[in-house]
Amino acid sequence: MFKFIVRRILGFIPVILSVAAITFFASKAIPGGPFDFAGDRSLPEEVVKNLEAKYHLDWPGWKQFTSYMIGDELTIFRTKHEIDDVNVFIEGDKAIVNGNVMLLDNKTLCKESGYIVYGGFTIFDLDTEACGTSQGVIRGDLGPSFRYRARTVNDIINETLPLSAQLGLWSILVGLIIGIPAGIVAALHQNTIWDYLATFVAVMGVSIPSMVLGPVLIVIFANNLGWFPVAQWGAKPPYFENMFLTPGFDWINYFSHAILPVLTLGTGISAVFARLTRASMLQIIREDFIRTARAKGLHEQVVIWRHALRNSLIPVVTILGPLAASLVTGTLIVEQIFGLNGLGKHFVQSISNRDYALVLGTTLLFAVLLVISNLFVDIMYAWLDPRIRLE
Amino acid sequence: MASEGTTAKGAITRKPRSLLWDSVNRLQKNYLAVGSLVFLALLVIVALAAPFISSGDYANQSLKHNYVVRSWMLGFMPETASPPTIVTEDGSRIKPEGDIVGYANVVTGSDYPLGGDDLGRDLWTRTVYGARISLIIALVASTVSLVVGTIYGLFSGYLGGMTDNIMMRFVDFLYGFPFLIVVILSQVYFKALSNRTSGEGFGQMIIDLNNAMGGVLFMFIAIGLVNWLGLARITRGQVLALRETEYVHAAKAVGAKTGRIVFRHILPNIIGTLIIVETLAIPGYIFTEAFLSFIGLGVNAPTPSWGIMIADAAATIRSYPHILLPPSIALTLTALTLQFILSKNGIEQPTYSPIIKPVPFQQIA
Repeated sequence: MFKFIVRRILGFIPVILSVAAITFFASKAIPGGPFDFAGDRSLPEEVVKNLEAKYHLDWPGWKQFTSYMIGDELTIFRTKHEIDDVNVFIEGDKAIVNGNVMLLDNKTLCKESGYIVYGGFTIFDLDTEACGTSQGVIRGDLGPSFRYRARTVNDIINETLPLSAQLGLWSILVGLIIGIPAGIVAALHQNTIWDYLATFVAVMGVSIPSMVLGPVLIVIFANNLGWFPVAQWGAKPPYFENMFLTPGFDWINYFSHAILPVLTLGTGISAVFARLTRASMLQIIREDFIRTARAKGLHEQVVIWRHALRNSLIPVVTILGPLAASLVTGTLIVEQIFGLNGLGKHFVQSISNRDYALVLGTTLLFAVLLVISNLFVDIMYAWLDPRIRLE
Repeated sequence: MASEGTTAKGAITRKPRSLLWDSVNRLQKNYLAVGSLVFLALLVIVALAAPFISSGDYANQSLKHNYVVRSWMLGFMPETASPPTIVTEDGSRIKPEGDIVGYANVVTGSDYPLGGDDLGRDLWTRTVYGARISLIIALVASTVSLVVGTIYGLFSGYLGGMTDNIMMRFVDFLYGFPFLIVVILSQVYFKALSNRTSGEGFGQMIIDLNNAMGGVLFMFIAIGLVNWLGLARITRGQVLALRETEYVHAAKAVGAKTGRIVFRHILPNIIGTLIIVETLAIPGYIFTEAFLSFIGLGVNAPTPSWGIMIADAAATIRSYPHILLPPSIALTLTALTLQFILSKNGIEQPTYSPIIKPVPFQQIA
């Protein structure tokens, strides 16, 4: 088991590397660059040149990629500066100022306009160099954003991922809570009114795209009935982070904001789960081992819940992996309709803006989540079906 | 002499019936499927006859008619929207008696049967022309992926050995790639290309053709490009099963060339399955097109697509919910009817389906 997990994780590395490389060079191959436009106006050529130099876009492609992945040499950080009687020697992320060691953090330097201040004197302007450099993905630095120039890719992800992740996880929960019981009921009462009802609702759920369901829910529950607010989730009050640890967290307020987007996503998911559960349950309850379980006199509840359900969840688990990865990293349409500041929009906008670092950052995040959730799926298989061995 | 229906030995017989007749018979008992087929047939007719049953000019903007509604829609509008002003056929506005606090303009006359959108374009016309885009995508994207996937799978499966291994690892690799990102990347690439207006040769010809088609051509390519993978795998599996059959050996023995064996002997035996598999993916293509148009990477404005229309409507949903209705109903009904046709009682895979259908694209997106 442990060996299996370690081997799988090692196997992820080439996959993720090649996903990163292909995304990087594919987005580079698109005509145009990140600095073509500032708002509606196009920038003068010299400005574009300077900006490209700052972000090292004038380097050859392979060098950009390697510097993105493993970090820059940070040439400027290695030079020795002598200004007045202050002696600065900078190496890596440390600055030695008159013998005192200061820790330099690329991000803080960019934020605080890139100066090292020592003893009241500005001794060193790091703005142009440090903000264009990256410590490399291997050190957890996804680089600067070319479009949102005050922020790094890490900032953007930190800012938007929690909301997207909450939306995705709640929706999956809704999908599991509604979908699986509906599928079981439909399968156990095949060709009864319950089956037809569940079936019909599931078909509706699969066929109504979220881009239709979302606005319809807004019109009914927000506009006409006025039960829930629209488009404020993720704004100030009902904002997450440690909500389970916060005593007296305002759950009612939180869910009144969350419920419409979560339902919009969750309906489709529960429909898919219901279909899968029903189909596999119908197959499983005709298997020999179920007949054996009944023949040896087990209670019907035990037969269904212990023997049939576990096996019939395998198709659900199969799609749960990729589904979770894509839902957690943002669902563009729902976020756009409900005006949520989620990660989803950056998947598209970063490519449209040629914001290469952000393209890579979002893609890497997605790829890592995808392989992790697929690993999780494999582990779940072994738990659900003891015949499956992880080796 | 036995009478018709029984033989001399008394066994029950009946006139032989063709397979087609059997399936038509089965279909007739499925009222939902029949109703769905009728709806889809109507949709095709509407799409074909679009210039005759609508004003025909889906791009025509009229500021006098922006956000106009029909009087029967007023119940659907937010309360503050009424009482309305009335826009007559010549475009002049009549204010009803009394205090005017509302903002909805009611249109009269034969134009704007379903009201107008934010630029005063006729919603009915745009919805009808949007059907063309959805149906064309359904038809062409599935054909592209059918052709590419089948040919790829045929050769991979038939040639076998190292070639097969390499070709299938390539498919596996693409499979592992995030689908959404591939589609977005290729659409952004094509969009950037189509801005190029001065150029020469074949490339420019394609770009001009795409622009003339409102950006649909590149969408065919982008959607078809990522959807042939599953089909290639299925084709290969089928070919592996047929490769060792006697009639293929016989063809080889009489000296038939690879191309002839593949296309004349193997392909006809598996094409039925492949077409069915591809048909099952059609709702996914329609959703993908709507999704791409929704996020602004689909057809070029002002070409109408249901996805673009829904995106536009969602922006003004609190004040003008009526814009949302026509494209939403059209998209949902199309998806729903396709589900009913493609599956037994709408939920089970039909017995002829050899695979589990992938999750519709919109569920993931």
